[in-house]
Amino acid sequence: MADIVADPSRVEPGRWRALIGPELAVVAVGLLAAIVFPDDLGFITRINILSIFTLSIALVVGQAGIGTLGQAALFGAGSYAAALWALHVSAEPFSGLLVGALAGAGVAAASGLLILRTRGLTLIMLSIAFAQVLLEIANKAAFVTGGDDGLADIPVNPILGAVAFDFHGRVGFCYTLAALVVVYFCLRRLIASPFGLTCRGIKGDRLRMRAIGAPVVRHLLCVYAIGGAVAGIAGALSAQTTQVVGLGNLGFELSAEGLVMLSIGGVGHLAGALLGVPTFMIVRHVTATINPYHWLLVIGVLLVVTVLFLPGGLYGMVDKWRRRAGQGGS
Amino acid sequence: MTLEAGELRVENLRGGYAGTVVLEGVSFRIGAGGKLGILGRNGVGKTTMFACIMGLAQIHGGRITFGGTDVTALPTWRRARAGLGYVPQTRDIFKSLSVEENLFSAVRSAADDKRVEAAFALFPRLRERRNNNGTQLSGGEQQMLAVARATISGPTLLLMDEPLEGLAPRLRDELMDAIRNMVETSGIGCLLVEQHVDVVLDFADEVLILERGKPVYVGGVDELREDPSILDHAIGLRKGTREGSSIARAW
Repeated sequence: MADIVADPSRVEPGRWRALIGPELAVVAVGLLAAIVFPDDLGFITRINILSIFTLSIALVVGQAGIGTLGQAALFGAGSYAAALWALHVSAEPFSGLLVGALAGAGVAAASGLLILRTRGLTLIMLSIAFAQVLLEIANKAAFVTGGDDGLADIPVNPILGAVAFDFHGRVGFCYTLAALVVVYFCLRRLIASPFGLTCRGIKGDRLRMRAIGAPVVRHLLCVYAIGGAVAGIAGALSAQTTQVVGLGNLGFELSAEGLVMLSIGGVGHLAGALLGVPTFMIVRHVTATINPYHWLLVIGVLLVVTVLFLPGGLYGMVDKWRRRAGQGGS
Repeated sequence: MTLEAGELRVENLRGGYAGTVVLEGVSFRIGAGGKLGILGRNGVGKTTMFACIMGLAQIHGGRITFGGTDVTALPTWRRARAGLGYVPQTRDIFKSLSVEENLFSAVRSAADDKRVEAAFALFPRLRERRNNNGTQLSGGEQQMLAVARATISGPTLLLMDEPLEGLAPRLRDELMDAIRNMVETSGIGCLLVEQHVDVVLDFADEVLILERGKPVYVGGVDELREDPSILDHAIGLRKGTREGSSIARAW
């Protein structure tokens, strides 16, 4: 039998689809939304930013099983760091993103040293407590953070010195969409790597992972810091696109909303964040427009229905349809 | 005397869980590439002994030395990195991960990466099912996966706790052949806890028999073959009663 030698320059179409297919889908849906709703670019930009934030929760909670409700602390750290960087050092946007990522990762690593030695309810309570302490520090340190008034008029230079942020928000939208695609691509690669599989193993059985040579706490600290960096990037994007940073960026409400969005989309998959955030945001936007006092009721019902009838979230439902379609096709 | 890599020495081990002492005065030595079978009735402390060696149970006294290093106080993951591989009785494969993902979850370096293919070569059945989830595997395949995963980090001594439990005879033979093949070709040492006495006698160089947490026999396999009364006396053994089977079980 003749040997079949693969041509290394040729990549099978299926492989390309697996490599960047989901990212292309994100770009397509994002651009379509921007074309169909050109007057709502600010809203779509917010969806992009919250999608990045929720991806960080999907990584930490969904993949590594770290039950945290303090992810907003990392988002807030990123936004304050990027804002202060822009106000006092440089308004160059990419360096702001880097500073935001480092701030998020640093705060995650510092808090992780304490909270990741615990599990379950203790971990949840400690993560909330840590975020609340950070919020109070930001509130009291008004000479740095602006306290309750926050920081405003944050300068942002043109991207690469050429593309300035416009009043209509087109550049902000493209900028956040590009960041979302890059973050999503990197996280997908990460969770498919042995590092990511070890995270999933730790989520499944910590003792077993120790017995096959994984330093569990160190590994969790590492993934928590990566999640912090991602949340920090989201925070920095928020600071750069809105040019305002307030205490709300550190608040418990943001952490809880992130978890609700992920629960609706599907906790066990990164794509759950990308489905959950737009669903939550659109439902909230529409219901709040109809009735500004009772929109939370609709969100609550949506969450209950998802948890009861769609245990895998929207992603689980889509995945089931896809599998059925695949079986039907074959 | 210097200890060679892969040599495990357990001295006067006293261990158990929290305040309960299960093992008392257990001592034995297994050289690099050696094969030690461990026999005993249910509940005598065989699994606890493995848990103590891996740092998963409490050690109240004694010393465990592996490859010349005192590992008694080391955390579990450091013992695993030092070259101790562990296949628990409960298998503990990750059922939400595919076969391939289960194996890659144990990869810590580029060298480990290559061992995934070696594991597939050892268990071709796993290669066929590389994309199947843990829930889609039979008991035998799960056990193969548990053994294969324990080899990914390149252990020099493998601790296997009743790997044949609950398997059909054909799968049992297939798995045991693969384990024998792996041990002989790679030079990995092996501690095997097994209820099937004949399997242990065929596989091991030496045997340790436990009774109520204490060692009652440590010695060669040939002595046991020559004098079955030792087994009979130590663990109340009688030859298997299954028709057509030569398997003897400790019970």
